[in-house]
Amino acid sequence: MLEVKDAVVRYGAITALHGITFEVNEGEIVTLLGANGAGKSTTLRMVSGLQPPVSGSISFQGRDISHTRAHDFAKLGVSHVPEGRRIFSQMSVEENLEMGAFRRRGSISNDLDRIYETFPILKERRKQLGSNLSGGEQQMLAIGRALMSQPTLLLLDEPSMGLAPMIVDTIFRIIGEIRASGTTVLLVEQNAAHALRLADRGYVLENGRIVLSGPAADLLVDPRVRAVYLGEDVEAGT
Amino acid sequence: MIRSFLERAPIRRLLVIVGVVAVIELITGPPGSNQYPTSGFTGSYAEAASFFGLFRTQRWVVFLALALVAWGIVELWTRYGATIRSRSSSALAGPRQVSEKRPVRVGFALALLVLGILLPHIVNNAFWQSALVTYVAIYVLLAIGLNVVVGFAGLLDLGYVAFYAIGAYTTAWVTGALPTPPPFGHALDAFWAIPFAVVFVVIAGVLLGAPTLRLRGDYLAIVTLGFGEIITIFANNLYGITGGSTGTQQIPHPVFHVGPIKYSWGLAPVPYYYLALGSVVLFLVIFSLLQRSRVGRAWTAIREDEVAAESLGINPLKFKVMAFAVGAASAGFAGVITASADNFLFPSSFTLTFSINILVLVILGGMGSISGVVVGAIIIQVIQAYLNHTPPSGYQQPDLYIYVGALLITMMIFRPAGLIPSRQRRREISLYEESHEGHPDEVLLGDDV
Repeated sequence: MLEVKDAVVRYGAITALHGITFEVNEGEIVTLLGANGAGKSTTLRMVSGLQPPVSGSISFQGRDISHTRAHDFAKLGVSHVPEGRRIFSQMSVEENLEMGAFRRRGSISNDLDRIYETFPILKERRKQLGSNLSGGEQQMLAIGRALMSQPTLLLLDEPSMGLAPMIVDTIFRIIGEIRASGTTVLLVEQNAAHALRLADRGYVLENGRIVLSGPAADLLVDPRVRAVYLGEDVEAGT
Repeated sequence: MIRSFLERAPIRRLLVIVGVVAVIELITGPPGSNQYPTSGFTGSYAEAASFFGLFRTQRWVVFLALALVAWGIVELWTRYGATIRSRSSSALAGPRQVSEKRPVRVGFALALLVLGILLPHIVNNAFWQSALVTYVAIYVLLAIGLNVVVGFAGLLDLGYVAFYAIGAYTTAWVTGALPTPPPFGHALDAFWAIPFAVVFVVIAGVLLGAPTLRLRGDYLAIVTLGFGEIITIFANNLYGITGGSTGTQQIPHPVFHVGPIKYSWGLAPVPYYYLALGSVVLFLVIFSLLQRSRVGRAWTAIREDEVAAESLGINPLKFKVMAFAVGAASAGFAGVITASADNFLFPSSFTLTFSINILVLVILGGMGSISGVVVGAIIIQVIQAYLNHTPPSGYQQPDLYIYVGALLITMMIFRPAGLIPSRQRRREISLYEESHEGHPDEVLLGDDV
């Protein structure tokens, strides 16, 4: 469904991704792991058009999308939940969700109902401002907003960041449900143990290169992964 | 112990007010002279003055008394203001909920419109009738247009005067007042300059916006500043096309002539007032409808978080260019009305200062708040007209900037979101202030690459 080949991303003179190759198949949950500054977020930004690659290719459902602009991805069926949630803090919960369906025509009330079913707390708070939600509720809102565009591929950037363990469990359970309902998920996480238990396959990024890949169950017991996820590696900072 | 005393909130407010008043005292005081360079300073405090005619004493006593009165009002307001506000308006009582009270607002707007229509008959004074057009209505028109760009879409435009200039020059061109021949070879009435002006400013907005709106924040401000300057320099130097630095003085008054209906605007200011009022109402309706529309929500989304907006499928460039062009349209209108009412135009009236003045109106009124911007523009412009018409002794026109500057600084301290803040902007600012006391999001979410 999504194929990335030898993609290189540069921020000015700094090369963030030195040619990475990976793929995501329909119906999978694939996770990208790595320490701070390994290039995980850059990879997601590249796949959603926010930071186009300088070389290499990205194709989605057989179509080359390496030069598609970020705002056209919603139409393609790729939805990005950016790092740090980035909800519109001055809009109400419902307005936030409506923004998610910005590129769609026609009624959205069915989708709203579906999102409220998945996240009952959002229904309770639908008239409240985004800024008055807790971190976990904001994350749910960010995911709900992305789902409003009816994506076939959902990109999640560190959904567990800064959340209490109990909320993290809920979020991961919901990611599982989203996949069960037919949406493919590409998940970037620092919480490697959690991500690998949920995912089908995983890739490990280090300094802008993919150093390991394989089925999630294998990665979970791999000593090198355990080293990365325990933070034993010495990494150059951001 | 002295420190803890000084850090108590009322004492701090008193010190701030006394400081501000001391500065105001200095800037309103007598000028210095070559012989006694310090006389401007000492005179500001020592000169004799009267306290509203009640008693005569030295200036510093008068100003100190005024500072204490102001402090008293501020203290009363901080102590009881919340109660008064919650009693007078329930909309502010529950800021956590998003609610609208439309019928009340529509009724209020209609009442204001009636007042606006009757106004030239209430102020039965030649100066004020013309001031209503040249000082107030035109500036309201400009301010609400700039508010679309700055307030709705969050783009800092320092070259807004360019669109006003284009509107004015288009009028001169269409009516055949410029060295360039008018369109299709024959001059039209100034009234028909309006569609031309609107088309031209919108095109100018798109031409300027498309390449530059990829820039953010400060960079955009600098580019728009340059654009404003370029337009003025063009007007000044393209003798054969614009008439150069002398501009033109032959712009006719507008005439509306369709079939049997014919109306000519002449020298009297009141008809221009109604023309301007009509345009203001037209643009108020357009802008508030836009604000509530899909486009308005896209602007809000872009202003709040461009990356999030983009990943939801909003094309930021498209909507930013749209804000630029839409906001420019009202400046084009203002340009037509001024040029045809004055009959003349000079490049020297389209300066950077002009753009900044409009921006000040928007900021004082409350960015993003249509009613705030209208009220802010009216207040500042009426004060300006009053000071120019009946200047207090020693007042010179450039002094206005000192007062407006002081007002702006005071506003930024006590009411950073403007006179009548838009609900959203008020929340944005309080959120920002919270975040500096350790808002959890700010700590946890860095801008990781």
